[in-house]
Amino acid sequence: MNNDEYKDVELNHLTSQFTLNRREFVKLLGGGIVIFFTIGDSSVLLAQRQQRGYPADFNAYLRIGEDGRVACFTGKIEMGQGVITSLAQMAAEELNVSLGSVDMVMGDTELCPWDMGTFGSRTTPVFGPVLRAAAAEAKAVLIELATEHLQIPKSRLQAEDGVVFDKNQRENQVTYAQLAKGKIIERRMDEKPALKAKSEFTVIGKPVLRRDALEKVTGEAKFTGDIRLPGMLYARILRPPAHGASLKSVDVSEAEIIEGIQVVRENDFIAVLHEYPDEAEKALEKINAQFDIPENNVNDKTIFEHLLNVAPEGNVADRGGSIEEGEKSASFIFEETYLNSYVAHAPIETHTAVVQIEGDKATVWASTQTPFSVQSSIARSLGIPSENVRVITPYVGGGFGGKTQNRQAEEAARLAKLTGKPVQVAWSRAEEFFYDTFRPAAVVKIRSGITDAGKISFWDYCVFFAGERESQQFYDIPHHVTMVSGDWGRSTTGSHPFSTGAWRAPAVNTNTFARESQIDIMASKAGIDPLEFRLKHLSDDRMRKLLDAAAEKFGWTPSKAPSGRGFGIACAKYLGTYIATMAEVDVNEQNGNVQVKRVVCAQDMGIAINPEGAKIQIEGCITMGLGYALTEEMHFKGGEILDLNFDSYKLPRFSWLPEIETVLVETGDVPPQGGGEPAIVNMGGVIANAIFDATGVRLYQLPMTPERVIEGVRRK
Amino acid sequence: MKETINFILNGKPISLDVDGERMLLWVLRTDLGLTGTKFGCGQYLCGACTVIVDKRAVRSCGYPVRNVEGREVITIEGLAGNGELHPLQKAFMEHDALQCGFCTPGMILNAYSLLLRNPHPSREEIISSMDNNLCRCGAHNRIVQAIQTASE
Repeated sequence: MNNDEYKDVELNHLTSQFTLNRREFVKLLGGGIVIFFTIGDSSVLLAQRQQRGYPADFNAYLRIGEDGRVACFTGKIEMGQGVITSLAQMAAEELNVSLGSVDMVMGDTELCPWDMGTFGSRTTPVFGPVLRAAAAEAKAVLIELATEHLQIPKSRLQAEDGVVFDKNQRENQVTYAQLAKGKIIERRMDEKPALKAKSEFTVIGKPVLRRDALEKVTGEAKFTGDIRLPGMLYARILRPPAHGASLKSVDVSEAEIIEGIQVVRENDFIAVLHEYPDEAEKALEKINAQFDIPENNVNDKTIFEHLLNVAPEGNVADRGGSIEEGEKSASFIFEETYLNSYVAHAPIETHTAVVQIEGDKATVWASTQTPFSVQSSIARSLGIPSENVRVITPYVGGGFGGKTQNRQAEEAARLAKLTGKPVQVAWSRAEEFFYDTFRPAAVVKIRSGITDAGKISFWDYCVFFAGERESQQFYDIPHHVTMVSGDWGRSTTGSHPFSTGAWRAPAVNTNTFARESQIDIMASKAGIDPLEFRLKHLSDDRMRKLLDAAAEKFGWTPSKAPSGRGFGIACAKYLGTYIATMAEVDVNEQNGNVQVKRVVCAQDMGIAINPEGAKIQIEGCITMGLGYALTEEMHFKGGEILDLNFDSYKLPRFSWLPEIETVLVETGDVPPQGGGEPAIVNMGGVIANAIFDATGVRLYQLPMTPERVIEGVRRK
Repeated sequence: MKETINFILNGKPISLDVDGERMLLWVLRTDLGLTGTKFGCGQYLCGACTVIVDKRAVRSCGYPVRNVEGREVITIEGLAGNGELHPLQKAFMEHDALQCGFCTPGMILNAYSLLLRNPHPSREEIISSMDNNLCRCGAHNRIVQAIQTASE
């Protein structure tokens, strides 16, 4: 790098050409040395321009303070998935500083570069390389500065632990902080920076403990509901008994007599506010309201027929060969329908937001996966420019896709405006279930056939309402077609009686359950061990290697199913990550209970930044996946949600726990892929296949509740 | 109706003028600013609001503050003593027995009450006494391991 490749700019030479000029911005970040970094592809900057307030022509991901600490600014948020640790590892690795000297500033729209949101297991594969490049760039600039400061050629310099030193004479050194004091280093990245090779890693790939653990075990970690501003009111909002219901009449006089209560009404939006949340709750109970509930006969039993009736025309997601040809060579044809119910996100922290309006500015604290969408939606609803809204994201108490929707923040903003006071809206558990954007109920229809030789000859797949993601099968099948009708987030009117949306690994839980069940059905008919049957139809070495790794750990021995052992297998791809899962179950045919005794999950996610963190995510996926596989389904009658708390909506518990073993497999130099979602996708299929192996009972509907198991046994 | 309630909170005597029918959870979180105790479900179904009253785990979302009169209350903020983390807190950190951390205070305090009455529980005893505390992230196995470690 030559000196002319970057500009060393004195602060006082800066002009105020941006909404927020650089001098102000650097001050805002806390002073010190800010590494400005621009990605060649300017899509991020374009998006950022919408979010006015932040400088328009660069992103600042890193600041090196005068104390030598490195601050890393990211629009990503921490909701348990552990990126507060893995992102810091990436920055520390490329900058050659210790992990402990990196501070993470996350999800603050004023300080952090624009970001679409934290979902889709995208933080590591998409944001990670950008952060690493910025850090590598920063290190290169620091070394360049050191050559001037020390008057030593670059070839003799080395950076380690925040210090640049002369390789020949180590005491001849300068710290990062000393180097860049009072300067702004600006550089546009035209070429790809040289990132470290896997063999050079000292921080990436090493297991480290969570950086947020101390705060979280002492109760010091702040979540949105823990924010209490002077004069703040806690709000409770009158809710309809069903989606689509309209307010007929309301009497708030009983609520109004509670001391200190403030009742707010704007059309049908009625809220009670108090300095104590429990007093507001008491007031809400005193409101007497009548609603008109529209006739809607669809319920959790009839929903599947309804969905098929209203399904939009499908699109071809994938096609090869000719189904007609495939049918001709088939000796057995299988035609099956798979169902899954609506599933809730159910984070233990309900949707919460605090909004404070001062003049024409608003500050928002929100439990959200998408702080920048919150910023623009609040600006719109308050009728103020985006740059006047600052969204701060404290720790988020679980998201799973559900906190990409932030109705609660808009409610808090509306109430802050109406009352002129800071307002906190924290949903009750019933509100959390009522307004959740559920994983959609879905139907998958599959026709497939095998030849006399036990080869799959054709595959005709149609998925309704789950979504396209990973619906394209990956086995070697000469004739195949994949049709997709409807999606998780963009449903046609009149399909679902309430909102649906992205739920951990959207679409893929449904698609994997159906595909892997169908594969097992064919394997069983062909009289071939289900692992062998899969390998027979797989030429992708990454998947073959992964299945072998899972089989070895599990101790899989070949047998056709049902073997009576209760062994199941499933494999899947999820956005670049490969997953192979094996499980062992016990099925009580009398009471229908399924106990999952053991799960082995092999995952190839490329280079694992924090292997320990990756394993934790796999374990979390497996445990959470037990829920949608065995018990979790939303009961409803029209727009009325019947499961409003954890008594009837059953989450996985300690007593359900299988022994969980994870194997991380790295194939070559596949770059880091996402790990927060993939391992959950196999859970429906692997347990369905294990139940079949144990009992000979095939279940086609998730969740596989005791009632459905008993019914299956009876059917057999 | 306000009344004066005297109790020991995290080792210190405290006197509150408060409506005794209000739930302990909200008095802790708002009046006393101790926000480590969390709201999760409001119906004693999840355990996020667990605190210790006279050595027993209680669900503070359904526990009137009047009931703590003359008793000793411990919240997550009071578990570490003299700048030293409690062995359970250390073990939760070492085992990575948490993800989002929202259920963690309740988990730790429920485990604390278990260890008070049964200092060396078996794995089965740990599982059965933790079974009504919910974790959505799926940290369960590590929580069990952490409790085992802390009990050794």
